Amino acid sequence: MEIINEIKFTMPSLSVNEGTARAVVSSFLIQADPTVEELSDIRTAVSEAVTNAVVHAYRGTKGNIDLTVRLLPHREIYIKIKDKGCGIQDIEKAMEPLFTTAPEEERSGLGFSVMQSFMDRLTVRSTPGRGTTVTMRKRLTSHED
Amino acid sequence: MKIDIKTENGTAVAGLSGEIDHHSARDLRARLDKFIITARPKELVIDLKNITFMDSSGIGLIMGRSKLLKECGGRLEVRNTQPYIKRVLKLAGMDRIVRIT
Repeated sequence: MEIINEIKFTMPSLSVNEGTARAVVSSFLIQADPTVEELSDIRTAVSEAVTNAVVHAYRGTKGNIDLTVRLLPHREIYIKIKDKGCGIQDIEKAMEPLFTTAPEEERSGLGFSVMQSFMDRLTVRSTPGRGTTVTMRKRLTSHED
Repeated sequence: MKIDIKTENGTAVAGLSGEIDHHSARDLRARLDKFIITARPKELVIDLKNITFMDSSGIGLIMGRSKLLKECGGRLEVRNTQPYIKRVLKLAGMDRIVRIT
């Protein structure tokens, strides 16, 4: 994978870091000059993935969340969010719209749906007891489009 | 997160400012529920004009307040939703449950 620029960032699974992750990603993306809508889509998808790590992966515990953002050729943005939490038993089920294991916390069960809708590609890899890695890609429109 | 609640022609309007995510939603939920249970408004408008970010945590927040208001005999409206917030709300079918303008 040819990488034009990259940032790696590790943060503890504190809910306040949902906003930190959005701020880091927004700052990094300035160089690619995304549209307001593209930036908003990516910030929202990142927020959902980091929230999943805080709420589900490290439920009742604390751990680290690794965030990688890459600018690739042809204005493609690559984002990886990795945790070493409890993992997902059934990824297919977890990705069903409105499925949630935390209804008491008013989780809507739409995190993965938002990531799918707002990004071009979403991949979820998980091993129960070992953690989850979410990768997302989005190609920004060129200024000639 | 700031909430500014005022009454306009008998309708309670809660103006929210800042970012709605899982981190801020907990406090927002507690403050809005306290108002709903205490004031029992017939109609509550959540004004999102000054919201600069909202993810799916906002859906849970709005759905939960809509449910509580219904139990208290009131109804909810969501006002001044920016286009990208409208997309998040529509993804959840919120436009079929709550009046969104």
